[in-house]
Amino acid sequence: MLYKKKWPLLIFLLPGFLMMLIFLYLPFIDNIRNSLYDMTSIVKMPGQEFKYIGLDNYKYLFEDPKIRISIINSLKMMGLTIVFQIGIALILAIMVDSVKHGQQFFRIVYFFPIVISATAIGLVFQLFYNYKGGMLNQVMAFLGKEPINWLAPSMAFIMISIPILWSYVGFYFVILLTGINGISHEVYEAASIDGCSRFKQIFYITLPLLRGVICTCVTLGVTGALKVFDIPWAIVPKGAPQGLTHFLGTYMYEQTFTIGNFDYGSTIALLMVVFGIVVSWLVNKIIKPDDNL
Amino acid sequence: MSVKVKKKKLSIGRVITYMILIIWAITTIFPFVWVINNSFKPSREVVNSSFSPPKEFTLANYENAFEKQNVLTSYYNSLIISGSVTIAVLTLSSMMAFAMTRYNFRGRGLINSLIISSLMFPAFSTIIPVFKMMVEANLLNKSLSVILPQVAGNLSFSTIVMMGFLRGIPLEMEEAAYMEGAGVKLVFTKIIIPLLRPALSTVAIFCFLWSYNDLFTQLIMIRRRVKYPISALLIEISSKYGKDFGLMAAAVTLIIVPVLIVYIFLQKNIIKGLTAGAIKG
Repeated sequence: MLYKKKWPLLIFLLPGFLMMLIFLYLPFIDNIRNSLYDMTSIVKMPGQEFKYIGLDNYKYLFEDPKIRISIINSLKMMGLTIVFQIGIALILAIMVDSVKHGQQFFRIVYFFPIVISATAIGLVFQLFYNYKGGMLNQVMAFLGKEPINWLAPSMAFIMISIPILWSYVGFYFVILLTGINGISHEVYEAASIDGCSRFKQIFYITLPLLRGVICTCVTLGVTGALKVFDIPWAIVPKGAPQGLTHFLGTYMYEQTFTIGNFDYGSTIALLMVVFGIVVSWLVNKIIKPDDNL
Repeated sequence: MSVKVKKKKLSIGRVITYMILIIWAITTIFPFVWVINNSFKPSREVVNSSFSPPKEFTLANYENAFEKQNVLTSYYNSLIISGSVTIAVLTLSSMMAFAMTRYNFRGRGLINSLIISSLMFPAFSTIIPVFKMMVEANLLNKSLSVILPQVAGNLSFSTIVMMGFLRGIPLEMEEAAYMEGAGVKLVFTKIIIPLLRPALSTVAIFCFLWSYNDLFTQLIMIRRRVKYPISALLIEISSKYGKDFGLMAAAVTLIIVPVLIVYIFLQKNIIKGLTAGAIKG
């Protein structure tokens, strides 16, 4: 456009593009290829060739009981994210918008856990859940009840979901609140003159006008739920107990870097990408029918 | 009239609203206060009375963390890694965004869609080949092995933010400078970079925090204790000394406090920075 000489373009574009080519695009393609070979080690020994096994890894996805648990847990996490993370964030945002004082305070406080590393949050909850002398069992003792094994197979998934869900509510809260603040006051004024109650206004004005923002939040939420790793790994590594708390991310890590099953790990990683694309396509299909939103 | 309005403001609904909002605020503050409080107690006191303020105030947990667990070394490692990632991403993404918004060239559409589509692949889907590369290049356990993939992972997002920002800047100033005979390099460093400052700070905050908190890459690339960044060290402490509650609380406090201090000063920018990507869509 403005600049006639084209050669500086190369200097501006090339370094960044090379970084992405070497560390994103090529590895991504390599990852697909890896999933088709039986990789016995990460680096080939001289003269060694990996055996081509075609789709064996993909067939194994259907037989592996642990991947089934991981997939179900990741899908459950997506559902919980929509209902609790975004649901709570939406309620809080509507409430904060309706009060006149302290908006800035609530914004700052609610957002705080997002800034803190998920590893630290996971470890705090580990201290809460500990059987011997954990925070929750101290409360139980105070109430005169028996201590509970909070990470027992029957409840481990729920207990691990709580910090994951809780820590990100503030993120969607801020996005939704920004959206609500953007709705013009005149619309509300007109509605209340016409006798529409504050409660009804939420359903007839706020929610419909927020549809686009909610759609963004849901897309971010479900793709984020797929990538869950730090918090479960910090509370109970390797999906303990009995792999019941594995998510796709933690299972992929365990398969690849503690068991050394690189090709199967690549397969799981690819599965995560496919899930991500399908799910965000679905979200856009279901709740964003109008392109203008 | 004004009395009536005041009465309306103190309605039951409003009180309940405030109560719910304050309860949620307490849930977000309480865990951190609890941990900080317990980091000043010996472990046996944490196990028995974790809610009361310390009876015998002690800094032993911190001495342990600094002397035996080398927390300072890990801080240093984290600072090197996250600082380099931030600087590299800022430099590369502002250059790319400049090229993408100020030049017309063949293949621009293709590069644009490559940048956007790379947002779709998570770190999981590239980490195994990148790990292999690092093993082959003998970079494992070196900071560079974490820096390079993190730079690549943050580049596309940052470039998109910068492109959005640059499109909104009118061309006149650059045009004037260019017509006066300033070269592209001069235009970029003297006009574009200063104009980009708000976008740069948004991206810097995002990149630094993301890299500081990213456990996944750290765990995979760094396997030697002296080289651990802070999150990896935390996992190591928890797996070895998980029953030493006092030490655990101190270690968690040490990872939280620097972020907390920065957050108090920069909260507005941080919230903006971390939600920028979302609002852009």
